[in-house]
Amino acid sequence: MNWTLALPELVLSIVGMAILVFGVLRKGDNTFLASMFTLGGFLLAAILVASRNPGVGFNGQFVVDPFSMFMKELLLAGAALALILSLDFNRQEGLSRFEYPVLMLFAVVGMMLMASASNMMTLYLGLELQSLSLYVLAAWARDDVRSTEAGLKYFVLGALASGLLLYGISLIYGFSGTMDFAQLAKLLATPAAASPGLIVGLVFVLAGLIFKISAVPFHMWTPDVYEGSPTAVTAFFATAPKVAAMALLLRVMATPFGHLLGSWQQLIILVSIASMILGALAAIGQTNVKRLMAYSSIGHMGYALIGLAAGTPAGIRGVLVYMVVYVAMSAGAFACIIAMRRRGIAVERISELSGLSRTDPGLALALAVFMFSMAGIPPLSGFFGKLYVFLAAVQSGLWALAVIGVLTSVVGAFYYLRIVKVMYFDPPLEAFDRRPASLSFVVAVSGLFTAFFFIFPAPFIGAAQAAAKVLFG
Amino acid sequence: MNAAGFPILSLVTWLPMVGCLVILSVRGDEETVASNARWTALWTSLIVLALSLILWVKFDPTESGFQFIEDVKWLPEYGVGYKMGVDGISVLFVLLSTLLTPICILASWETITRSVREYMITFLILETMMVGMFCAADFVVFYIFFEGVLIPMFLIIGVWGGPRRVYSAFKFFLFTLTGSVLMLLALLAMWYQAGTTDLVVLLKTAFPPAMQPWLFFAFFASFAVKVPMWPFHTWLPDAHVEAPTAGSVILAGVLLKMGAYGFLRFSVPMLPLASAEFAPFIYTLSVVAVVYTSIVAFAQEDMKKLIAYSSVAHMGVVTIGIFTFNIQGIQGAMFQMLSHGIVSGALFLIVGVVYDRMHTREIDRYGGLADRMPLYAFVFMLFSLASVGLPGTSGFVGELLVIVGSLQVNFWLALLGGLGMILGIVYTLYLYRRMMFGRLTKADLRGILDLSPREIAIFAPLAVLTLWMGIYPTSFTSFFDASVASMVQHHTQAMAASLTDVAQLPNAVTLPNAVALPNTVALPGAAALPHAVTLAGILH
Repeated sequence: MNWTLALPELVLSIVGMAILVFGVLRKGDNTFLASMFTLGGFLLAAILVASRNPGVGFNGQFVVDPFSMFMKELLLAGAALALILSLDFNRQEGLSRFEYPVLMLFAVVGMMLMASASNMMTLYLGLELQSLSLYVLAAWARDDVRSTEAGLKYFVLGALASGLLLYGISLIYGFSGTMDFAQLAKLLATPAAASPGLIVGLVFVLAGLIFKISAVPFHMWTPDVYEGSPTAVTAFFATAPKVAAMALLLRVMATPFGHLLGSWQQLIILVSIASMILGALAAIGQTNVKRLMAYSSIGHMGYALIGLAAGTPAGIRGVLVYMVVYVAMSAGAFACIIAMRRRGIAVERISELSGLSRTDPGLALALAVFMFSMAGIPPLSGFFGKLYVFLAAVQSGLWALAVIGVLTSVVGAFYYLRIVKVMYFDPPLEAFDRRPASLSFVVAVSGLFTAFFFIFPAPFIGAAQAAAKVLFG
Repeated sequence: MNAAGFPILSLVTWLPMVGCLVILSVRGDEETVASNARWTALWTSLIVLALSLILWVKFDPTESGFQFIEDVKWLPEYGVGYKMGVDGISVLFVLLSTLLTPICILASWETITRSVREYMITFLILETMMVGMFCAADFVVFYIFFEGVLIPMFLIIGVWGGPRRVYSAFKFFLFTLTGSVLMLLALLAMWYQAGTTDLVVLLKTAFPPAMQPWLFFAFFASFAVKVPMWPFHTWLPDAHVEAPTAGSVILAGVLLKMGAYGFLRFSVPMLPLASAEFAPFIYTLSVVAVVYTSIVAFAQEDMKKLIAYSSVAHMGVVTIGIFTFNIQGIQGAMFQMLSHGIVSGALFLIVGVVYDRMHTREIDRYGGLADRMPLYAFVFMLFSLASVGLPGTSGFVGELLVIVGSLQVNFWLALLGGLGMILGIVYTLYLYRRMMFGRLTKADLRGILDLSPREIAIFAPLAVLTLWMGIYPTSFTSFFDASVASMVQHHTQAMAASLTDVAQLPNAVTLPNAVALPNTVALPGAAALPHAVTLAGILH
């Protein structure tokens, strides 16, 4: 048994427990130090992930391959950015407690497990470790009604989704006799093995996973949780967990159930179309910028799913590129949203951004870059994300999906432009408070990445290509 | 490397960005920053203009293919490269863009007082996008520049525009984006079909007849909005009216040409069968544009709107010319585009002159200006006559060639297209009479001043060019003679090939067959590109 395959996860867990001990024993406010240790843990984990050799361990329960490495690096990067965003935010909001980075760390361990899962059991364990940490984080502002409501809502609906998932897993196990991805794939190579019961199980699993990536029709929790959670937590929700859930979805659909493409492709197409349409239309009427981002993320998941719907390595590559681009855009956009504070009070209405181009040109420029990028306007990175998923759709002949996709992206462009309009065309309001260096850092890093992705796309697309190929064994 | 000995196209494209960086680094109080930004932008654009003149000198007009080619690896595994090159079709548009940019910067010298630094940066970015689009010899690169133009233009209209600027900016952006994204699908389909996005290869690829109508309409969606063709033109008057003068000039001078350029670059050479099949459809829309928008222009009370509608009519002539598929027609269209770029740009500048003084564009608020502004009256007359196509001005050559070209297709097409010239005279001279002649009765016009030296400097190059193009058109047509001839030849060959291949003909001509497109497209393609084989196939 090759346990060193899981070394990054093991190290990260040990770091987490060490921080817990440290936080309890040392008096005073330990949040900053704990956060720094967590960041160090993330960095260490990232290095360890990169240095792993591909292999399967723990009796086939745990797999390390280019795909899992790609996803882990991406979600570690997303989590690190989200953690940096929380540093000053939690202090300003009076939410500074050292458990915050620890919870994030354990959520990340869960996500890494999800990315490496090659058995239904590992899948479920990773997912639950992640989800439980996230439920607590959603309710992090424990004295705030909206935050506790968000936590409770997320918990109840998340538990329901986990139930669906578990039920689906048990059906699959019952009808196939195995929970191992590789064995399932072997079994399902003969079409007769795909009994109706197993297909029903697959649909349940799909429902549970779609809940986690917040695509229609299991998206209802997203706007409320996004709006209610403390903004730094929302920024976290919008990045790493999405990557992990997408990793899971891709692997489950492609590896064990790859032969059942005909069965799930229609579902994914429907989910994708519905998400794109809802993401585009429902966002138009929003006045709260966090809710807007929630609908926007639903739409983005719809676009990413186009790649999965294509059901080809090229499609998976498209999803992976899309996730890279999406994480950078979201982290940056949320950094801008966290920077929206006037006289110490966080503001969330879109109208508060009025005339930002004159009071804070740098921030306005960055947010405009993120918005144009999310709208998919070249040469910004969002365009390349869309380019590759649409290319996959066209290659697979999914013309309806591609046409609906590009048309909803025009509708979506409308509300992204509205933010640019408020910042650039409207009269200025009082300036925002000076933003801490941590926010400026995240804004700059993700802004530069988004704006100049077009110069160096090849390494990312090459890595995504390698990761996508391995999924089809 | 190429005829210039250094990567001239990239230099011309990206140099304005260097200007942006310089402007960004300027420090000081608002007045210093504004003045430095203006001078930096002007000098940058003048240097770009000077560099682009190297293209004029070194361009080999006997060569029909791309020249000054630069090819840098970008995404080599996917057949996408950063490839730049110009041929006879595009080289003069590069020059048009680099010529109009310094003129626009000069025109905004005093009129833009708010956020000057940002304005100049936006304008230089716009120049990069425009020039890059005409230089692109790779479809993905082309698309990036083509759509990238939207961002600076959106900001120019929205930030520095008139009272309804928000509405107009959104309308402009969303109209054009809708067209562009459909073209994106065509891009992807062609990419998949040919395995590369290199325009040189795409131009030689014969796309299946069943696929062509769909690709054609995807392109049509994008270019017809951009041209704009009737009935997709409604964004244009709004955008023109609200945009600042310089924005209108670029919009009319260069951005509209992007649509027609797209037809010439993609639709006609790459999709010969579909182009021929839908030519009557294009003729119809163009003729409606020519006649209808000319009448609409006549009824306008706002000068800018009038010129905007006249642009739609003039571009209608261009699209007729392009789809005649003969040398005269396409040459006429090319010439008309260049001429319109200069003349309509100048007309918007002319409106800008009086708007800066009186802050109104209502025609009735003027009258008898010729008394007070003789120089202005001369310039206005020159460009009005060029706009209606008086012999000896640039407008005449293009319209004449298009009419000659369309006569070979259909007499009525030529007649109705030519009707635009007559209607053009009616509304243009009517505008001129109302503004310039008669008695100067309005009290507030008594103190109006004639052209300043800056304004003379703006109009002088445009006036010289208009006359030059009208008197000796050969020095311009020689640039695109070879390219147009080879395009026409290519088209004729493609049509002949499709006629001899009887089996292909039903697919090529009738639309209903194309309903089965998704299958017909996917199957041959999948065979050609092994990496795209579906999931189940790989696992087996």
